[in-house]
Amino acid sequence: MIIRGNEPEQLRLLRKLYKPGNYFMQGNEAVAYGALFAGCRFYAGYPITPSSEIAETMARELPKLGGYYLQMEDEIGSIAAMVGASWTGFKVMTATAGPGFSLMQENLGYAVMTETPLVLVDVQRSGPSTGQATKGAQGDFFQARWGTHGDHPIVAVSPTSGQDAFWETIRAFNIAEKLRTPVVVLFDGVLAHTREQIKIPDVSEVEITYRKLPENEEEARLPFGDPHGDGVPPMPLFGHGYFTHVTGSTHKETGLRDVYTPEVHDRLVRRIHRKIEKNREVYEKYEEHFTDDAEILVVSWGVTARPALGAVLRAREEGIKAGLFVPKTVHPFPAERMRELGKRARAILVAEMNLGQMIIEVERYVNDDVLLKGVNKIGGVPLTVEEILREIRGVA
Amino acid sequence: MAKKIYSTYPMVKYLRKEALPTALCPGCGGGTVLNAFANAIDGLKIDPKDLVVVSGIGCSAWIASPYFLADTLHTTHGRAIAFATGVKVGLPDKKVVVISGDGDLASIGGNHLLHAARRNIDITVILVNNFIYGMTGGQVAPTTPFGAKTTTSPYRNIEHPLKISETVAAAGASYVARWTTAHVYQLIESIKKALQVKGFSLVEVISQCPVQFGRRNKMKEPAEMLRWFLKNSVPISRARNMSPEELEGKFVIGEFVNRERPEFTTELNKLIDEVQEHFGLKEE
Repeated sequence: MIIRGNEPEQLRLLRKLYKPGNYFMQGNEAVAYGALFAGCRFYAGYPITPSSEIAETMARELPKLGGYYLQMEDEIGSIAAMVGASWTGFKVMTATAGPGFSLMQENLGYAVMTETPLVLVDVQRSGPSTGQATKGAQGDFFQARWGTHGDHPIVAVSPTSGQDAFWETIRAFNIAEKLRTPVVVLFDGVLAHTREQIKIPDVSEVEITYRKLPENEEEARLPFGDPHGDGVPPMPLFGHGYFTHVTGSTHKETGLRDVYTPEVHDRLVRRIHRKIEKNREVYEKYEEHFTDDAEILVVSWGVTARPALGAVLRAREEGIKAGLFVPKTVHPFPAERMRELGKRARAILVAEMNLGQMIIEVERYVNDDVLLKGVNKIGGVPLTVEEILREIRGVA
Repeated sequence: MAKKIYSTYPMVKYLRKEALPTALCPGCGGGTVLNAFANAIDGLKIDPKDLVVVSGIGCSAWIASPYFLADTLHTTHGRAIAFATGVKVGLPDKKVVVISGDGDLASIGGNHLLHAARRNIDITVILVNNFIYGMTGGQVAPTTPFGAKTTTSPYRNIEHPLKISETVAAAGASYVARWTTAHVYQLIESIKKALQVKGFSLVEVISQCPVQFGRRNKMKEPAEMLRWFLKNSVPISRARNMSPEELEGKFVIGEFVNRERPEFTTELNKLIDEVQEHFGLKEE
């Protein structure tokens, strides 16, 4: 049932089941279909609004593709089961929302430390705590980055529409596989429940990547080594007779635990950081609109990037030199490009559905003489074009 | 001396030699459990390549991971069974075994234990019950006997211990047995049966922790604890005719259930077949 080695059969099934064309569907469904096209054949989850339709779609579609849907007893068990399944070779995914994401944090750290590829979709909802359980928000920007303990890198992507969610989910799987790391998809309750036209492509248009496997016994004996110098160790899967030892404790290249030697911890954690830092081309992605001559730069992400684009277009009609910068991979932040754009702009507006999270990241890369202002809204209702346009006019 | 023991111990072939000697305290029951597990694997002629061992956090989690030479997954506290669930779905033809302690599996991990039993997924759980949190310094556990002393119940434990085997049997496991480290041969036979059962199986092993539990409860020698187990063990057949008062402080040993129920991964694969058949997706 592992897509590896059985790809022609999987492609045949995908073609037979999902004819290319335009469909009218929810953002959540688009995430699920993206996962199926990316080769996800194991889903373990626990229902939570506003993410539940992802689980429901996976429960309905996975068996058709020979894949497995597991409804676990809680979110902690869900991500635990994903890690177990990933070590047997599956591409795995779960979806949750704020409170569930909080519960998954410890094992997200485990996946970082054990370098286990997985995709975790957080359909952000209003908080803190139960908050407005059914409403969208963008308040988990830093939970994705710093929710688990210790020094760790994380990769998080954030789609801006239902169509984008389909492709960004596929991209999340490809990043996870290439870098042998968990990837967070920061989606949101608004797009999750918005129905719109979504184009399903032919499978040939979808790039599918797989994790690196050991080429020989020697590589298999070093599940946490770096034989190729890119910081990404080949992953010896369970059940192949390698006697692999996997632990969340500090371990040597062989996988055996050593929590006493400072150098071992230093070497391991720095390599895990390095493999993310050095492979920026694998995950870095952003979108730009009218940034060439923009005096007023709007920075936005996820759901808010859409009204932000509307506001920038309207501002241009009014003769205001406004531009838009949308990080699609939000962690690690596209620092270099942000720094370049920050040098040119007179004012930067950061629009998001929270009381100011990405703005903290943006602030690190802009000069003091730039007017930096947050355009924020909470309460479960997204920002409108008018609200953002008003702020652009205000600094024009 | 130590070298000689390793070179003559026939079960050493199942151990990860570079991880030895073990971190377990002198007199710990963990060695007996590892020995019994290795003997069961040997007795059934299971190739360790067909075995994945998963454990959580704590002294007993160390018994098989890293020491047992198989694919081993040493997980976060309490979650071993949930991790093992993912492994089993991915490798339904392999033996997936969880070895961990009472604090790990029945306290923080209690939810996963119950639901794995309910689901009846084909995982064998060897739960080492030493009545105490050993690794963190001897704190009270959900299995600490009523009245016993620990570092966080220094006057006496006023909580009632969880009856793990009874609970897991009620939750729907296919096979449940309880033995003590003083019943080594019965323990080996039970582990063998558990490994052969198609479904969720639990072998609870009452085990001695002379350092953290015994020392504070007038049994600082390992042998004293083993004598305590022997003296207070009651076979399940006899326990059925005893009153709750008579059973207070006793260890009911033996097989609690041994039954056939539909197994989770089998049902899951059957369901996939049916769905693919229904939608005409099978390759012609």
